[in-house]
Amino acid sequence: MSTGTAYAHGPSAFGGGLRRFVELTVILARTDFKLRFFGSVLGYLWSLMRPLMFFGVLYVVFSNVFKLGKGIPHYPVYLLASIVMWSYFIEVTTNCVPSLVGRESMLRKVRFPRMVIPLSISLAAVFNLGMNFLAVFAFALANGVDPQLSWLELIPLIAVWIVLASGVGMLLSALYVRYRDVQPIWDVLSQILFYGSPIIYIVAYFNRLHLQHVAMLSPIAALNAQMGHALIGNVPLSGAAAASYGPYAFPNAAYAAGSSLQLLVPLAIVAAVFALGYWVFTREAPVVAEYL
Amino acid sequence: MVVSEANPRAASAGPDGPPAIHVHNVSKTFRLPHLRYHTLKERVIHPRRFRGYDELRAVQNVSFDVQPGEFFGIVGRNGSGKSTLLKCLAGIYRVDQDDSTELDIEGRLSPFIELGVGFNPDLTARDNVIINAIMLGLSQKEARARFDDVIAFAGLEEFIDLKLKNYSSGMYVRLAFSVAIQVDADVVLIDEVLAVGDSAFQQKCYDEFLRLKAEGKTIVFVTHDMNAVERFCDRAMLLERGEMVALGDPDRVARQYRELNFGRSVKGLSEENRAGDRGAEILDAWVEDRAGDRITASGQGERISLCFEVAFNEDIENPVFGYRIRNEWRQIALAGRSDWSHGSSGKFLTGTRVVVKLRMDNLLARGNYTYTPMLLRAGLGDNALDIREDYTGLIVHSSMVTGGQVDLPYDLEITPAP
Repeated sequence: MSTGTAYAHGPSAFGGGLRRFVELTVILARTDFKLRFFGSVLGYLWSLMRPLMFFGVLYVVFSNVFKLGKGIPHYPVYLLASIVMWSYFIEVTTNCVPSLVGRESMLRKVRFPRMVIPLSISLAAVFNLGMNFLAVFAFALANGVDPQLSWLELIPLIAVWIVLASGVGMLLSALYVRYRDVQPIWDVLSQILFYGSPIIYIVAYFNRLHLQHVAMLSPIAALNAQMGHALIGNVPLSGAAAASYGPYAFPNAAYAAGSSLQLLVPLAIVAAVFALGYWVFTREAPVVAEYL
Repeated sequence: MVVSEANPRAASAGPDGPPAIHVHNVSKTFRLPHLRYHTLKERVIHPRRFRGYDELRAVQNVSFDVQPGEFFGIVGRNGSGKSTLLKCLAGIYRVDQDDSTELDIEGRLSPFIELGVGFNPDLTARDNVIINAIMLGLSQKEARARFDDVIAFAGLEEFIDLKLKNYSSGMYVRLAFSVAIQVDADVVLIDEVLAVGDSAFQQKCYDEFLRLKAEGKTIVFVTHDMNAVERFCDRAMLLERGEMVALGDPDRVARQYRELNFGRSVKGLSEENRAGDRGAEILDAWVEDRAGDRITASGQGERISLCFEVAFNEDIENPVFGYRIRNEWRQIALAGRSDWSHGSSGKFLTGTRVVVKLRMDNLLARGNYTYTPMLLRAGLGDNALDIREDYTGLIVHSSMVTGGQVDLPYDLEITPAP
C-alpha cells in the first residue's frame, strides 16, 4: 500500500480526532436518551422506576416467599444495589446488540469513528446508573446503614462494571452484524448469568455449598461481593445465618475469594472480555458498512 | 476499456500543487456468498459448505485526479458503481488492498455523501440540525453558532420546533441541504442530491455549489441528470460496469452516457417486437455514417445510411424495403418504402443474402430515435416478411432545439409588401 491517507482502509473504530469522537459520543447518547422516553408521560422517571419496580418484585418474591434474605441485615440494600448494577449491564449489552445494524443508514453514508456507537450507549446507561445510585444511597440510609467512607470504593467498582459492559457491548454489536442469532443467545445467556451470579442472593450463599472460592472467580460475583462490603460494611452474623453463610454477611472480596491474589482472576476476565470485544470491534469496523 | 484521455493524470495535473483527490487503480470487490449464512448454527453444522462466494467487482481499476476547486461529475447507469466509488472516496468502504492502489485526499473531506443522514423524525428541527451538524464534523459550539443561518437559508423559521415527521419532503430536503452546506470541508462528496426538491430549490443548491466552488472547494457529485452535468461540471467521468469508460469534457461524457443508456434499452426490445412470415429475414440492422462505420449517434445534417442485411428463405419477387424512425414519444418521425420511391426491386432467389442501404441526410431534430427496418411482400397489404420494431437506436445531436420533429433547410426571402 502506498496510500498517504487512511481513506483506502475504510472507516476505523476510532480516528477523526478526539474532540469529534467525544462530541459524537455525547450527542448520540443524548439523542438516544431523548428518544427512549419520547411519548411517555412520565418520561425519564421510568428509567429510575424500572429498576426500583424490578427490585420490588424480586424483593417480594425472593425475600418474602423464598426467604433468601432471612437473617441477613440490610439484605434489601444489597439487593437494590446489585439490581441497579445489573440493570446497567443489561441495558448496555442488550442495546448494543442491534446498535450497528439499527444505524445502518448512518454507517453507510457518513464516515465517523464506529466505536462511538457502543460507547454512546454505555454512556447513556452510565447516566442512568448515576441517578439510580442516588436512590440506592437514599434507601441505604432509610434502611439504617450508616454512611461510610468505603462508599467511595463504589467508584472504581462501577468503573470495572463499565469496562466489562462496554467490552461485552462491543463484542455483541460487532458479532450481530454477521450473526443474527447473537440476540437470542444473549437473551438466554444473560438470564443464566443473572440467576447464576450473586445478584438476588449474597455471595456468602455459596458458602453453604463450599463453592464460594469457585464462585468468586466470576467477575460479577467478585464485583457484587465487594460492592456489598463497601456499601454496608462488615455485618456479623449469628445463629443459623452464621452457620450457613459464615461469620459475615458482606465479607470483602478478598476474604470471600480466599486470598486477594485470587481476585486477579475475575479482573483478568474483565480485561480479557474487554480486549476481545475491542479486538473484534476494531477488526470489523472497516467492513461493517458492507455486511449490514 | 476506453479512456478518452490518454493519460488522465497528466491531463489534470495542475500547476498549483497536488490534486485534491488522487485516485489510482482503485478497485472494490464485494464478496457475495452463494448461500448467505446468517446464523451461527448453519456455520457450525456446515463449516465448509458455505465457503463459496461470488465476487462482485463493483469498481475496477479506476484512476483519476480532481483538482482543487473543480466541480467533478460521476455519471453512469444504475449499478455501474458510482455510489460505491463515492463511498470508497469517502472512506466508508475499504477499497481492495493492492500494491498499486493509491487513494489520497488533500484537505478536509466532508464526512457525508447524502443529505439528512441521522435525521430523526421524532425530534424537532432544532435538535436535528444540531445533531446533523455534529455528525457532519462541526463542533457543538459551531453548530449552535450557525443554527440561525441554517434555518434562515432553509426558510423554515416558523417551523423550528416542529417535529421532523410533520415536515413535507421538500422542507425536509431544504433543512438537510442547509445543514450540509455549513460543513467546513475542502472536499465535498455528494450522492444524488437533486433527486428531490423542486426546480427552484435545485437551482438554489447549484448556486450554493458554485459559491463553494468559488471559495476553492472541490465538489464531486454523482448524478443521473445530464443537464446538470453539462451545466455545472468542469469535468466528468462515466462509469460502466465498474470501469471508467470516459473521462473529461462534461458535454462529451454526457453524450456518451446518453448513447450508452439509450442503445441498451433499444436492443433489449428487438426479439419481442418482430412480425412477419419470415419468407425473408432481417438478420441485422444498423446505421452507418458517411465513412461506412456503424454509429449509434449522429450530428444533425450528416449523411447517414439506414442499413439492413436480408437473407431470403424462398424466391421472392419485388420485395419492398422500408424503414421507420420513431422519436421518444413513439411518433413516427420519418418513414419510407422502396416501392413508392424506387419501384420494383427485382427477383431474389432462395439463399440470397443482400445488404440494403437507404442513404439520406440526417435532418432529424435533436433527440433519441429508434430505427425499425421493414421487409414486405409486393403489394399494398400488410403482408410482412419481417419487421423488427425499434431494432436499434439513433441519437441525434444538434446545437439548436427548434421544437420541430425534423429540421429541414429552408431559404429565407424578405421582400417589401405590395
